[in-house]
Amino acid sequence: MEATTTLVKRRANGRISIKSGNKVEQVMAGTIFVLTLLTILAFFFFNYAGLDISRAIPETAYNLKTMFLEPALSHFTWGEAIYQVGITLGLAFLATILGAVIAFFLALMAATNLSNLWVSKTVRIVVAFIRAVPTVLWVLIFAIAAGLGSEAAVLGMLFHSIAYLVKAFSEAFEEVDRGILEALTATGANWWHIITHAVLPSTFTYLLSWTFLRFEINFSVAVAMGAAAGAGGIGFELFMASGFYFDMREVGLITYIILLLAIVLEIMSTQLKKRYFPAKAVR
Amino acid sequence: MNEKAMRSQRKWQTIIWVAIILVFTYLASDITNFNIIHGIATLPNAITWIFSNLTITSETLERLPKILEKLAETILMSIAATTTATIFSLFLGLMGSKTTGTSSVLGVFARFIASVARNIPVVAWALILLLSFGQNSMTGYLALFVGSLGFLTRAFIETIDEASHSAVEALRATGSTYFQIVFKAVIPQCLPQMISWILFMIETNIRSATLVGILTGTGIGYSFDLYYKTLNYSAVALVTFVIVISVIIIELMSNRIRKVIL
Repeated sequence: MEATTTLVKRRANGRISIKSGNKVEQVMAGTIFVLTLLTILAFFFFNYAGLDISRAIPETAYNLKTMFLEPALSHFTWGEAIYQVGITLGLAFLATILGAVIAFFLALMAATNLSNLWVSKTVRIVVAFIRAVPTVLWVLIFAIAAGLGSEAAVLGMLFHSIAYLVKAFSEAFEEVDRGILEALTATGANWWHIITHAVLPSTFTYLLSWTFLRFEINFSVAVAMGAAAGAGGIGFELFMASGFYFDMREVGLITYIILLLAIVLEIMSTQLKKRYFPAKAVR
Repeated sequence: MNEKAMRSQRKWQTIIWVAIILVFTYLASDITNFNIIHGIATLPNAITWIFSNLTITSETLERLPKILEKLAETILMSIAATTTATIFSLFLGLMGSKTTGTSSVLGVFARFIASVARNIPVVAWALILLLSFGQNSMTGYLALFVGSLGFLTRAFIETIDEASHSAVEALRATGSTYFQIVFKAVIPQCLPQMISWILFMIETNIRSATLVGILTGTGIGYSFDLYYKTLNYSAVALVTFVIVISVIIIELMSNRIRKVIL
C-alpha cells in the first residue's frame, strides 16, 4: 500500500500527474527552451548596421526575378562555362578520391575490431580536431602555406573528406562479421591477408557508395571554395558576377548550372542510398 | 566452374572500376593543373610554415574579447537561423510527407522548395542577398536560414515518413481532427529524431557561418578574413583555435543530448 502511494506523483492541487518525471522529455523540453531563448537573444544581439528592410526586400525580389527569369551569359562563353564547371568537378573529384585512399588506411587503424584501442582512439581524436576547423579555413591556411593554386584547394578539401570518410569507413569495417575474421586468424592469416580477403571484399560496395556521397558534398564545397578562397571554377565566376560585375542575369545562369548539377548528383546518391543502405540516415 | 566464372567477373569489375577512377583522376588533375607530386612535395614545407607562423602570442591575446564577441554573434546567428527555419520546415515537412500530406500539389510544392533551397549552395544565397541587404548579420542569417530550410524540410519529411502509421490510423479511426493527429501522434513520435536533426544543423551552420562570414563581412568569418588579409597570422591562429574549441564543445553537448533522447 505504501509503495503505491510513493509511486503516484501528485500535483499541488492533489490531481495525479500523468506525465511522470521522464528524463528524455525533460532533456527535450530543456533543449527546446534553451534554443528558443538563444534565438530571441540573437535578434537583439545582431548588428543591423546599414540595413533597410523596406528597401532590401523588394530589391532582393527584383534581383531574384532577374536571376531566374532572364538568365544569360555576358562575360564568358558557354564553352568557358563548361570548362569552369569541369574545374569545380575536378577539384571535388581529386579531393574525394585522394581522401578515400587515405581514409581507407586511417579507417583500418580507427576500426576497433582491426586495430588496438590506443591507435583507434588517437586516430579518432585527430579526425575530430580536423573536422572542427571549417574547410574554408583549411583552404585559406594552405593557400599561404603551400602557395596559391589548386594544390591548396585540394589539400584543404582533402582534410574534411578524410575526416568524413574515416568515420563512415571505420563504421563499415566494424560491421564485418566477427566470425570471418576469427576463421581467417585461425588459419594463420596475417593482418594484411585479413584486410584484402575478408574486409575489403565484404565492404567494397559500401566504401564506393560512401565515397560517392562525399563527392556530392565536395561538389558544393568546391563551389564554395571557388567563391570564398579563390580556388577557381564556377564558384569563382559566381563570386565575380555578383561581387564585381553586379550582373544578375549571369548570376542566374550560373546558379541554374550549379542547381542542375547538384540535383543530378543528389538523385544519383539517393538511388545509391536506397540500394545499399536503406535504413541509414541521410548524414 | 561457376564460382570461378563469378570470381573472374568480379575481378574484371574491380579492374574496370579502378581504370575508370584512374582516368577520371588524370582528367581532373589535368583540368585543375593539380600536380600530386608537387602537392606532396609542398606538404612538409606547408606544415613547417603552419607550426612556425600560426602560433598564438600574448600580444594577440589582447584581441580575444573582440574575437569572442564576434564568435558569439556567429553562434547566435547559426542557432537563430536553425530554429526559425525549423518552424517553417515543420509545416513544409508535414505537407511533404506521405503520412500527413493533405494534397499532392502541396506535397510537390514542399519538396520543390526544399530541393531548390538545398541545392543552391549557401554561398550563392549569401552573394545574392549581400547585394541588397548589405554587410550585416541579417544577410548571413538569411543565407543560413534558406540552406537550413532546405535541409531540415527533407530531413523532417523522411522522419515523418519513417514514423509508424499505426498511431495515426488509430487516431483517425476515433474521429480525431487533422491537427489532433499531428500534435498527438506524429510530433511526439518524431520529436527526438527532429531534435537530433536540429542539433546536427546547428553544428553544420556554425561551420558554414564562418564561410558566409568571409563573404558577407560578418561574425567570426570577418575577423578571420581581416587578420588573414592584413597578414596577422598570430591572430589568424587565435581565431582558428577559438572556432575549433567552440565547434568541439557544441558537438560534445549535442552528442550528450542525442545519447539521452534517442
